[in-house]
Amino acid sequence: MTYAAADLVQSVDWVALAPPTVVTVAALVLLVADLFVDERRKPLLGWGAVLATVLAGLSLLPLVGERRSTFCLVGDPGSCSYTADTFTLTVQLLVLGAALITALLSLTLVRDAKLPAGEYWFLLLASTAGAVLLPAARDLATLVIALEVASLPVFALLALRAGDRRGSEAALKFFLSSVAATAVTLMGVSLLYAATGSLHLNRVATGLEEVDPQLETLAAAGVVLTLVGFAFKTAVVPFHFWVPDTYVGAPVPVAAFLSVVGKAVGFVGLILVTLLAFPGHADTWAPAVAVLAALTMSVGNLAAMRQRAETRHSAVRLLAWSSVGQAGYLIVPLAAAGYMSGEEPLRVVGASLSYALMYAAVNLGAFAVATHVARSAPANRLTDYRGLYARNPPAALALGFFLLCLAGLPPGVIGLFAKVAVFGAAVDAGLGWLAVVMALNVVLGLVYYLRWTALLFQPAADPAADPAAGPEADPATRPASASGVRARTTTPLRGPTALAVALTACVAVVLSGLPQLALRFASTTLF
Amino acid sequence: MTALNALVPGASAPQLLLVAALLLPLLGAVAALLPAPPGLRGRSPEQAVLRHGVTVTGAVLLATVVLAAGFDYDRAGDIQAESDVSWIPAFGIRLHFGVDGISLPLLVLTALLCFLCALYSYFVAPPRGAGSPKAFVALLLVLETGVLATFAVLDLVLFFLAFEMVLIPMYFLIARWGGAGRAPAAWKFVLYTLLGSVVMLLGLLLIGLQGGTFDMVALATDNGASLTRTTQLVAVLAIGVGLAVKTPMWPLHSWLPDAHTSAPTVGSVLLAGVLLKMGTYGLVRIVLPIAPEGAAHFAPYLGAFAVVGILYGSLACLALVRRGAGGDLKRLIAYSSVGHMGFVLLGIATLTRTGVNGALFANVAHGLITGLLFFLVGALKERTGSTDLDRLAATDGAALYGRSPRLGGLLAFAAIASLGLPGLAGFWGEMLALLGAYDPAEGLSRPTYLVFMVLAAFGTLLTAAYLLLVVRRVCMGDPNEAPRPPADTTPSAPDTTISSPTSSPASSPAPAPSPETGSGAAGPALSAPTSAAFPDVRGYEYAAWVPLVALTLLTGLWPGLLLHLTNPAVQNLLPGVTR
Repeated sequence: MTYAAADLVQSVDWVALAPPTVVTVAALVLLVADLFVDERRKPLLGWGAVLATVLAGLSLLPLVGERRSTFCLVGDPGSCSYTADTFTLTVQLLVLGAALITALLSLTLVRDAKLPAGEYWFLLLASTAGAVLLPAARDLATLVIALEVASLPVFALLALRAGDRRGSEAALKFFLSSVAATAVTLMGVSLLYAATGSLHLNRVATGLEEVDPQLETLAAAGVVLTLVGFAFKTAVVPFHFWVPDTYVGAPVPVAAFLSVVGKAVGFVGLILVTLLAFPGHADTWAPAVAVLAALTMSVGNLAAMRQRAETRHSAVRLLAWSSVGQAGYLIVPLAAAGYMSGEEPLRVVGASLSYALMYAAVNLGAFAVATHVARSAPANRLTDYRGLYARNPPAALALGFFLLCLAGLPPGVIGLFAKVAVFGAAVDAGLGWLAVVMALNVVLGLVYYLRWTALLFQPAADPAADPAAGPEADPATRPASASGVRARTTTPLRGPTALAVALTACVAVVLSGLPQLALRFASTTLF
Repeated sequence: MTALNALVPGASAPQLLLVAALLLPLLGAVAALLPAPPGLRGRSPEQAVLRHGVTVTGAVLLATVVLAAGFDYDRAGDIQAESDVSWIPAFGIRLHFGVDGISLPLLVLTALLCFLCALYSYFVAPPRGAGSPKAFVALLLVLETGVLATFAVLDLVLFFLAFEMVLIPMYFLIARWGGAGRAPAAWKFVLYTLLGSVVMLLGLLLIGLQGGTFDMVALATDNGASLTRTTQLVAVLAIGVGLAVKTPMWPLHSWLPDAHTSAPTVGSVLLAGVLLKMGTYGLVRIVLPIAPEGAAHFAPYLGAFAVVGILYGSLACLALVRRGAGGDLKRLIAYSSVGHMGFVLLGIATLTRTGVNGALFANVAHGLITGLLFFLVGALKERTGSTDLDRLAATDGAALYGRSPRLGGLLAFAAIASLGLPGLAGFWGEMLALLGAYDPAEGLSRPTYLVFMVLAAFGTLLTAAYLLLVVRRVCMGDPNEAPRPPADTTPSAPDTTISSPTSSPASSPAPAPSPETGSGAAGPALSAPTSAAFPDVRGYEYAAWVPLVALTLLTGLWPGLLLHLTNPAVQNLLPGVTR
């Protein structure tokens, strides 16, 4: 096979590539700029990161409504490594929005915790770049690389707090298990390459249909193994065990980032791989995904329900487990897609996307309020949220709204309809049992979300009688905790954190008023 | 967007009125949380916000009254003041509002009771310390929006949203301004209704997905033709459970007594007066026309549960009213609500025009009478610090006639109206429900319904018995023998004169006693040598109660007023039924 020289030089569509490029360049610029900026000006780096995410978001605008591909095979223009279509753009918007909120939340963190600014912003943007690249990737190599670019910086972000033993432990735990999962995925990819002779998703799909019968087992093993890495990042049960400790060990903004972008990366990878590369093997992965979805939501919700309000970090722990539960709902439409034929699967997963949009806005918002509360109550127990309404009405109202959205209760209308869309997908696919499991899980979720919401509006506990001063309260620390209570009463919601809460709250309220904005994906073909 | 679309030129006046009635309280709730603008500050922020509540609910009442005045009574069966705007095309959900003869009386009743509650709260400020009056007024207004929307929407999903919207404000009204045991009671209320409505949502979704639309009018016109029998059965069961919890139907009623006992007066009035109506309204509006086969299948069961509810409610009341039983007056009225709502359910279960008209009539009558009863008991609690019958009446009786004749008279009037004396509102609904059960719709077993009728009629006797006993124990007795109100809860100024409605809340007598001290300290304080008499009905109390008394008399003496409204609409909902 020889090609003319002109064919070997690819024309690159830089407009389509703009979003990941902008983020990558910004990451490098910030890393270098850190060397030349003096200590007082360091906060500017943070605002640079905020600006970068906004710019990258704006670079999505020229792509709206188009379908552009680049890095295509010379002999086969239909097989491209990078495609910007509706699906890609939506996920990129979600990721960039999440990065924006995380950056806003991190501004105070970097300043107060004295984290190395240049490194922090570089790592955050690098991870964002990977996550922005991933939904556009249309070959297995790019997918795995994007997945790792999105994850590796997070390990470093987790361990960045010098002298924080819990952070290092969380990072190590996450790192080891994640690497193992990636290795398994790479193994699967290599098996698929062996069986089909290609890495492009569409070619893998056709290759799998006419695979040599002797290689049938090999291909099936490749299919299953490839999914493991993505399932791990989505924190699907049984690949979820790293979640609670990692979230608790992480600074709250990083946990927020992980809970939204980390999951988005995982489930988007799952969608791409299953629907574009393995449509023919639906009977292999669809039942597995359905069972995993049921397990994930049940385990996540049960564990979230069992969180005790008085233990340290119970708020973040509850959010961590609830995010496991939410991941279960997220992949239900994917399972449903496996049971459908023709163009239907590509339409059905739109419900996942609608759900992800809702979940991203609302979960980030909840973490934003948690960040704010953590500032005055570092233990971040659920009991620290008691009477939040009396101390800080806007924060409490916003958090209450986010929690109701997550629960799927009015006035969190968008949460309700996103769940209805997911539910409808399961019913349409004939997965009645999954719909029932989901309904039961929604009820479980109601219990703990409502319990927390109710806590916000209860009158604050008397600090003297507060048993939550709890295990570590010997007489010496008691005055400190009392002053902590006083400090809590005087911390208003201000600055970038307030902006983050306001942004997420606005998105959630607008989506609740006009759910069609998010739900239109549930009724259109995305690819 | 939605409101603007409805406000585009070309929208008719009734349309705008209805949309205004739905939006005003919502906007008012937001406004209540904001600082008052200059010029409307009043004497204090509390007074300003409570006045704001009165103004907004008053405006809503005005809107609904004008809407009722402009209603075309010759076409009472048709949906009027209709607006229909697309909301979520992905699911085919539309913002569809309108009123007909069934929803109009309930809308007016809701607006009236909310206004009266706001008026009452203006003078008897909600207890301090629990939460700011701002939050109180905002919650009250959100509650009003939810209830009004429930009665005005014509889309299944919107119905669910409106139904749920009521939950949160009611929870906070009970949990923050309630009496003893309020936290568990509020939690129980939320859990019951929430679980019920989750099940209801599944049923609504089933109907919407199978029927191809969520539009109630289209589905009702279709009359179940596009739904299979299995779908109808499952849907009616699911929706029925959700609505039955709210109604409440025996055996799903057990949240109600606790909620009523703990709720503040205003909360009790709204809970009994309008919230319970949402359940029965849903049965009439959704279940009967949209899934007639399912309704016919489950009607006898509904009737049976209704009759058990009637008997159970009245027996529970009889047990509570006994001397030494430690019965709480609010709890007693709550149980009587279970009984009264049993008549409503029985009327619906007959599937006849007579029965359903009776049910709708009893619905409104119960709202008027029980609302009044809860107001009166609230006033009694404010004066004596207790609603415990034994503490009130001791051995001989509370002697309300002697100590506070007008209050006693009103209480006796409300009790007698509640037991269904002919000529008062309570009579017609129950009579029509019984009449419907005498001759139920075709396909229903007549002997079964005859048994229901006999048992329900026996229930009316029991109802009369316990209500007369209540009158005996609370109103009668020797005023000098009657237990004195505890010293710490006696009104600070012995103001027996009738204060004018314009007196400020600050100077109004009787700041509402905090519930904990009221019930806890009453025992030892009995020995305090205070006068046994206490203030009679005050001006603002007249203002809050006289409309209810007047309407009870009016609908009782002229039942046609309501029946002419509901009957054409009921005929539309039950096509093919001639009785």
